[in-house]
Amino acid sequence: MPDPFTPGAPADSSREAQAPAAAQAGPEVHFTPQEAAPEAQDKERQKDSLQPLMELRGVSVFYGDFEAVRDTDLPIGQNRITAMIGPSGCGKSTILRALNRMNDLIPGARVSGTVTFHGQDIYAAGVDPIQVRRRIGMVFQKPNPFPKSIYDNIAYGLRINGLKGRLDDQVEQALTGAALWDEVKDKLKMSAFALSGGQQQRLCIARAIAVQPEVILMDEPCSALDPISTGKIEDLMRELAERYTIVIVTHNMQQAARVSHFTAFFTAEVDDRQVRYGRLVEFNDTDRLFTNPTDERTEAYVTGRFG
Amino acid sequence: MTTTVPPAERAAAGPPSLRHSALAPRRRITNRVALAAITLALVVAVVPLAWVTISVLARGFEIMSWQFLTEDIPNSYRRHGPGMAPAIVGTFLITGMAALLAVPLGVFGAIYLNEYGKQKPLAQVIRTMADVMTGVPSIVMGLFIYTVVVVATGEQTGFAGSLALACLMLPIVIRSSEEILRLVPDELRQASLALGARQWRTILTVVVPAAISGIVSGALLAIARAAGETAPLVATIGIAFTVNPNLFSGQNTALPAQIFRNASQPFEGAQERAWGAALTLVVIVIVFTVLARVVVSRFAIKER
Amino acid sequence: MTTRTTQEEEAARPALTSKTGGVRAERLFSWWTLATGLLVLAVLALILITTTKQAWPVFQDMGLRFISSSTWDPNPASGNPVFGALAFIYGTAVSSLIALLIGVPISIGIALFLTELAPRRLRGSAVMVVDMLAAIPSVVFGLWGVLVLAPLLVPVYRWIHDVFAPVPGLKSIFGEPVGTGRSFMTAGIILAIMIIPIVTSISREVMSTVPQANKDAAFALGATQWEMITGAVFPHSFGGLVGAVMLGLGRAMGETIAVSLVIGGATNITPNVFAGGNSMAAVIVQQFGESTGTFTAALIGLGVVLFALTVVINVAARVVVRRAEIRVQGAAT
Repeated sequence: MPDPFTPGAPADSSREAQAPAAAQAGPEVHFTPQEAAPEAQDKERQKDSLQPLMELRGVSVFYGDFEAVRDTDLPIGQNRITAMIGPSGCGKSTILRALNRMNDLIPGARVSGTVTFHGQDIYAAGVDPIQVRRRIGMVFQKPNPFPKSIYDNIAYGLRINGLKGRLDDQVEQALTGAALWDEVKDKLKMSAFALSGGQQQRLCIARAIAVQPEVILMDEPCSALDPISTGKIEDLMRELAERYTIVIVTHNMQQAARVSHFTAFFTAEVDDRQVRYGRLVEFNDTDRLFTNPTDERTEAYVTGRFG
Repeated sequence: MTTTVPPAERAAAGPPSLRHSALAPRRRITNRVALAAITLALVVAVVPLAWVTISVLARGFEIMSWQFLTEDIPNSYRRHGPGMAPAIVGTFLITGMAALLAVPLGVFGAIYLNEYGKQKPLAQVIRTMADVMTGVPSIVMGLFIYTVVVVATGEQTGFAGSLALACLMLPIVIRSSEEILRLVPDELRQASLALGARQWRTILTVVVPAAISGIVSGALLAIARAAGETAPLVATIGIAFTVNPNLFSGQNTALPAQIFRNASQPFEGAQERAWGAALTLVVIVIVFTVLARVVVSRFAIKER
Repeated sequence: MTTRTTQEEEAARPALTSKTGGVRAERLFSWWTLATGLLVLAVLALILITTTKQAWPVFQDMGLRFISSSTWDPNPASGNPVFGALAFIYGTAVSSLIALLIGVPISIGIALFLTELAPRRLRGSAVMVVDMLAAIPSVVFGLWGVLVLAPLLVPVYRWIHDVFAPVPGLKSIFGEPVGTGRSFMTAGIILAIMIIPIVTSISREVMSTVPQANKDAAFALGATQWEMITGAVFPHSFGGLVGAVMLGLGRAMGETIAVSLVIGGATNITPNVFAGGNSMAAVIVQQFGESTGTFTAALIGLGVVLFALTVVINVAARVVVRRAEIRVQGAAT
């Protein structure tokens, strides 16, 4: 049984025969001529072996009796950007929300299997979801700043962690980290809603990194934004990956190809009782998944034949 | 009515008339009459509103004066002349105390319903019973507090009246606050929880501030409603002719109670004072109602 | 800077199981809010229990005669006081019925106006009219009713009485009007004005849930606006309207102050709507001040009956409205 945590091995067991060959070959790096230099440097790092900060093993997510996503094995590499792609309804957002126990908020939601963080199962008895969420932050699809000032949006997370008094330095640090400081440094007391959509999303990113998480989960963070803001956030993601581990769900394949180190492809299947559910099909280096996918479903998706 | 004519015949008869007159007269007239009746309904509702307002303004102004607002109530109904100061003070004190009791409790109750209870069976029961409680006759609230407080302590006080009014206000504040909390977008709660905040902190520092203008507005409307209530006070506060600033000792009076007593008197002096008190009360109620609307429009969290 | 975790950072980071950040506060807060929610149930239960207990001696003494006897004699010259509330129950019923007959058509008309007819600009002002009606305290309506309306209505009643005098049956309903104008009819009119806001508001809510698709279907068949209303709006909202009417009934039955000022204060059972009478709520406020002991207990007993009746009607009304909502939602999907 191939170890699913070696890059290049597809998660789908029906491809077992191909796996050993792929596992034995050393990781290959594909350079496509159009790639600009900075991306090439990032991809270089894929030569290092994958150091998983978080691991999903056999994870299924249930809503009541309905098994929405089945049997997922997925490593999340430290200081890497892992993208989850696939058509609608294939469970990518569900899996993402399982990583910081946001599914707990849905009545009847249940997770089986293990989701480990630094080797510890975050769903173990005695684990406080609040602590999990302080270390694994989230940025949502539609920017959702609090109806407070820019300053107070950032300060909110800091105050939760017990910091009191003036937090100017930390606020500046967070805003700088989100590449927003220069644009807002003179208007920190303004309402967050005065910012444009792209700026609001960067504010949400700044709010998330202010509490110094180790992982940042992003649920289609650019889908509500225009192309220019999207580009800025993609650049920001690459910077953030140096300090944080990033997992991003995206509908936009090209974005995944541009930005991520590793990509997981999910799809929706129908079981013998006509019930639709989501499943992880393939996980690989982004380059390899896009240029040389092992599963034909992956190939169909990335070449645009469906989804 | 239109009878079905086979298409061939219809075509032979020429293109159909699209004019109004082509519609069968019975249908046309029925429609006109019905729509007129509907519009009339609104007009009919305006008549008493306008009439009452004009009566109160006209007759209230006749007796309105600085003395009316500051002098004690004459202790004989036969006497002419002002004032109503004890009732004005009483209304503010008693209603204010009722608000102090009912508004915080009501808001916390609404927080339970919308943030913790949600659709659970107990929450559904509380929600239904709060609705039922808004329909309980206000006289019953007065009798309740009479039985529990006045009989026990042996005296009628302004505070007993406040308790009765608070019972009246509680379900109103709960339901209106719950409506407002429901309008706060869930994304805000999710953003706060994703940062690792617990529910109580999320509620107090994100949800309630976002909802505050609506909550305040609802509270102001509940206060306006309570200020105009008479029945709960009848059994609980007794009567007073001089200002009693102490809610906890001695009987008291309020504008609605005074209007009620004076309205049933055959004496002109009493009736004049009733109109004056009515004018004062209506002004107070209008001020709170308008304030409630202003709070919502000026301070509401701007929707994206 | 590549990886963040160093040995010391690992050690400094508290475990995922540590309970910081206000766990106790969370428990306290959630219990506190639950307690305030339960307060509603507690108060309702207390109201029922304490008032029944206080009125119990009278209930025990009178038994069912409390509601079946029309003799209300709290201070008889000799013998024991008798508390038969039938006349007041009758008065409550008659005045509420008149209120519904007058008020419901008006309220539904206003609701239809607001949902179907009103041009956008007019809607706000129309809603404001209804809101203002709701804001005026009931005692002010009572004051106006007794000092302005009632005297003016006497000639109107007299005219109606004269018109129907030759008609058998109706002539006993429209009998001789009482001189002051304080009668079941006047009370019914005032009550009608006062229930308009609540019946209008619920009716409006119910009617606004009619799917545009249904209305469009009616129009597409060539219906006039009124035909659309009877064909699409009424069938869809019928259940909810019934609930709205029941809520209006509950409000009318419980209205105390305005009614007590204009209903006349006479213990009287008569089909003549222009005669004076009394209602349960009204008699309580009228006689409470001078009552003592058993008399007070009897008045509280009236309150218990009123409480029970209005709670039953309110619960039934909410159930009817909710069931109607569910039924039409099911049909729509």
